[in-house]
Amino acid sequence: MATFTPTVPGQKATAGQGGGGGSAPPRRGGGGDSNRGSGGGSSNYGERLRRARLGLACGLTPILMLFVSFTSAYVVRKGLPTLDATTNQYVHDWLPVNLPWTLLIVNSLVLILSSLTMELARRDITRQAALAPAARIPGVSLGRERHFPWLSITTVLGVAFLVGQWMAWRALADRGFYVANTPSSSFVYLLTGMHAIHLAGGVIALLAAGAIALLHRPLDNRRIVVDVTAWYWHFMALLWIYVFALLALVR
Amino acid sequence: MWAKSIKGIPDDMGLALLAIIWLITLASTYFFVAKTWWLPVGASAAAPWIDHQFAVTFLLMGFIFVAAQVTLGLFSYQYRDRPGQTSDYSHGNNKLELMWTVLTAILFVGLNLMGSHLWASERFAPAHEGATKVEVTGAQFAWYFRYPGPDGTYGKVNPKDISAEEQNPLGLDASDPAAKDDVVSGVMYLPVNREADITLRAQDVIHSLFIPSMRFKQDAVPGLLIKMHFTPVMTGDYEIACAELCGLGHYKMHGILKVVSPEDFDKWIASKEAEKQ
Amino acid sequence: MSTPEIIHAHAAPQGFIRKYVFSLDHKVIGIQYYFLALVAVFVGMFLSLLMRIHLVWPTASIPLFGDIKPETYLTLLTMHGTIMVFFVLTTAPQGGFGNYFLPIQIGAPDMAFPVLNMLSFWTTAVAFVVMLAAFFVEGGAPLHGWTGYAPLSAIPSSGPGEQLGADLWILSIAIFCLGSLMGALNFITTVLDMRAKGMTMMRMPLTCWSWFITAILALLAFGVLLAGGILLLMDRNLGTSFFVPAGLSLTGKMIFPAGGFGGDAHFSHAGGSPLLWQHLFWFFGHPEVYIAILPGMGVASQLLSTFSRKPIYGYKAMVYAMLSIGFLGFMVWGHHMFMSGMSPYTAFAFSIMTMAIGVPSAIKTFNWLGTIYKGRIRFQSPMLFAIGFVSLFVSGGLSGPFLAQPVLDIQLHDTYFVPAHFHLIMGVAAIFGIFAGTYYWFPKMFGRMMNETLAQWHFWFSLIGAYAIFMPMHYLGMAGHPRRYSQLTELQYLAPLLPLQKFITYAAVATIAGQFLFLFNFFWSMFKGPKASDNPWESTTLEWTTSTPPPHDNFGGKVPVVNNGPYEYSVPGAARDFVMQTDPPVGSGH
Repeated sequence: MATFTPTVPGQKATAGQGGGGGSAPPRRGGGGDSNRGSGGGSSNYGERLRRARLGLACGLTPILMLFVSFTSAYVVRKGLPTLDATTNQYVHDWLPVNLPWTLLIVNSLVLILSSLTMELARRDITRQAALAPAARIPGVSLGRERHFPWLSITTVLGVAFLVGQWMAWRALADRGFYVANTPSSSFVYLLTGMHAIHLAGGVIALLAAGAIALLHRPLDNRRIVVDVTAWYWHFMALLWIYVFALLALVR
Repeated sequence: MWAKSIKGIPDDMGLALLAIIWLITLASTYFFVAKTWWLPVGASAAAPWIDHQFAVTFLLMGFIFVAAQVTLGLFSYQYRDRPGQTSDYSHGNNKLELMWTVLTAILFVGLNLMGSHLWASERFAPAHEGATKVEVTGAQFAWYFRYPGPDGTYGKVNPKDISAEEQNPLGLDASDPAAKDDVVSGVMYLPVNREADITLRAQDVIHSLFIPSMRFKQDAVPGLLIKMHFTPVMTGDYEIACAELCGLGHYKMHGILKVVSPEDFDKWIASKEAEKQ
Repeated sequence: MSTPEIIHAHAAPQGFIRKYVFSLDHKVIGIQYYFLALVAVFVGMFLSLLMRIHLVWPTASIPLFGDIKPETYLTLLTMHGTIMVFFVLTTAPQGGFGNYFLPIQIGAPDMAFPVLNMLSFWTTAVAFVVMLAAFFVEGGAPLHGWTGYAPLSAIPSSGPGEQLGADLWILSIAIFCLGSLMGALNFITTVLDMRAKGMTMMRMPLTCWSWFITAILALLAFGVLLAGGILLLMDRNLGTSFFVPAGLSLTGKMIFPAGGFGGDAHFSHAGGSPLLWQHLFWFFGHPEVYIAILPGMGVASQLLSTFSRKPIYGYKAMVYAMLSIGFLGFMVWGHHMFMSGMSPYTAFAFSIMTMAIGVPSAIKTFNWLGTIYKGRIRFQSPMLFAIGFVSLFVSGGLSGPFLAQPVLDIQLHDTYFVPAHFHLIMGVAAIFGIFAGTYYWFPKMFGRMMNETLAQWHFWFSLIGAYAIFMPMHYLGMAGHPRRYSQLTELQYLAPLLPLQKFITYAAVATIAGQFLFLFNFFWSMFKGPKASDNPWESTTLEWTTSTPPPHDNFGGKVPVVNNGPYEYSVPGAARDFVMQTDPPVGSGH
């Protein structure tokens, strides 16, 4: 008994190649790595990009939850009177942190600027990808394209931000706010530190995108990496603005 | 084709399922109904009410339990695959579904509301004037009970002064006059029929003061002063347990509550005060 | 008999390492997850056996293990809980079956991100190794219970095992969080973006819905646990005071934080909140309960319909019930904290929400009974376990409304009533879901049938054993027996309960012995079982349309097109009593 059920006549037609069904994902990629052998067809590419973006959106959710948790801990802890064990009285022991404002504002500007250059990098590579098929046609010249190294600039700005954050932590320590000695400074280090770790992840992704470019891997791959990294980068910029606002407003 | 793969299934599997599920249901229910093991005797004012709420919940849940299990067993037997048995092609019934949803919602939420006034009376209001004040402190792995003495005020404690050798397990601050008349005991004494105004503290980790017969349980959390109250209504000795994992000696962190007549209580306090001088 | 196999897989990997170790194939990864869980479940079961023995014979010495001291008991308890919850109940149904069958059931060639999928498995595997390593460091594994309540878990001097062991424990959970998040991301993207033509959301098998909803819960919950774990690690190692209040004294010694910054000798903890940990933990912990049980619900639904030869009763209601269970699951965490010193007013809200979650659970039970009602039930082993699942789900679920009432929690909280409740529902019921899934999908995964007779014996042992172990725990709890007690020797009112505890230990030994029937059947059938056909159970979903075991790209170069709902059994007028999802459209076709 053949258990593969008899197919409808119409099914055979669509069974040939993926994408025939419009919304159907690529079929022929083969289990392991659907990037292989797909030849960079544009419909396949669009699906890969959409899938990568969807994956990123899912990936940002837990990061958001992480910071939501920290925020609620922060707000609760700030408002919470604590018990003085000697007097059995509740006291407020919250000491606002003396933040290095100038440095943090400069850092914020650097990060916002990097978000802009990242967006320019994303648009640049999108345009390249759109023109690529035309450029491949023999005899068609699109003129010498000047590629401004937006990606490298973003990477540099990202590293600059991290260095700036490091300086901010040093400034905090100089003012007597260590990781553990006041409840408020613990939260400052926690929030800025966790953000810095996530941003460092973004820098690594940027370096990976650069490596892809150097290795002359297919443009599509690079474009997906750049696109997803760009959205991640914007999210990090927004997250920083949020963290900064939280530290500034809830002291 | 089918007969081949169904090999190895006894014909009376449906009957076996019915029998076993029903037996399990019967056995489980029997020990509940026979009260072979049941709530310990209730010796506080709230105990009858809590037990009543328990009984109501038990009756309702017990009914659903028996009904669902009996139905499951019955259906397994009734609708087993056998010659002539046909299967009903149905995707469900929205009206039945809705009715069932509304019924369970009313049942569950109603049950909850029934018990809520009890919770309110237990936990919302503070203890009344004239209640016996006791401060209960949990530490690895013992309970300490402190009575404020004639001045009605607990003296200061300082974690730095805690010392087993000097018999100062709570770290009473000797310099504080209010601490002079504080009585610290390893046994909890309470006068009968008078509310106990409990303050819960913990020195190290979370403990939980659990007095099963008083239907009383509350975590003692370091960094928090937790106020509770209950009224013992029967004299006698009742065991106190710790109900929150607090370390390797958790199982032996226990104490005794002695509920005595008001006269005996006053005598006991007086003797402890005398001991202190 | 057999389908001519046309395999067009492009990148079927060659070589042992790429094929079986660092494989990108979701089927291999699913089996890897399953075996990880199989190892973990036997480790966890062994730990529970030691606990049961120590509990009733505290002075007994175990061969090859030595004496069990009270702190050893707590270590066993902590590791049993953690391993079972994370590495069995989260890993097997979601990582194992979900990975293997989600792509096939929606007609996809693989998960959306195969590399990420491999990474998530290996991350989980590393987490398991780190967890086990806690046994072998100085001081041993931690004793703070799987809930790790601070400050017990936050102060290294609070007990044996709270030094390096506790750090490893937290680290392992943090790594596990990362692995689970990667997996969840993959599941959600796969479901949303990789469905075959015609596979609308409302045509997905309920198993896929359960994996999808579980993934959403995981995505939202594990980030919060990670946050808690980071704070706890900081409290332990950097001297912060998120969870540790000021002025603690442990057996007469003041507690000072580790590695105090600034070299200040008088530097002390500064008023953290132990309840904050509980909030963070249970915000994760309660959805985790549903992460464990939802896939079981999916499998039970699939099997009850298949083996009753009847469409599932109320498909949409089942989907909405699972969605609302998932949604409400995030609003009830406070019911673990009624006795914790949390505001008694919030207990009201948490209590009502918790009762509300009983409603979708009741809908599911009602629909399962409705599914077998007027069916034509075939009692093969998967069905036995599905019926067992329903029975256990009812039994475990109905103790919920006791614990959801704060006023009853006064008596029942942290007594044996609680382990009775959660073991029946998220322990044994979920495990029954896993067993049901194993017997059902084993032929597809390994190409051979499992032995029915052994499976039946395994079922009777497990069902009767589970009830014999966990039903009496309700009685213990009502009598006021606190949980996590290593001995009954200290409290006088516990002495009369010893015979009952002994009974439970005997039942546990018998039940655990019964599990070796499964183990034997599993490995014996893998090599010696009769060859399985492509669709041995006459099921309708897509995994049964492909060959056994499925080719590398799942459908051998064909693309399934879905025309029917997942549970079209006994359709009037159809040639057979089941209509595959790929068959020409029939019936309601929803």
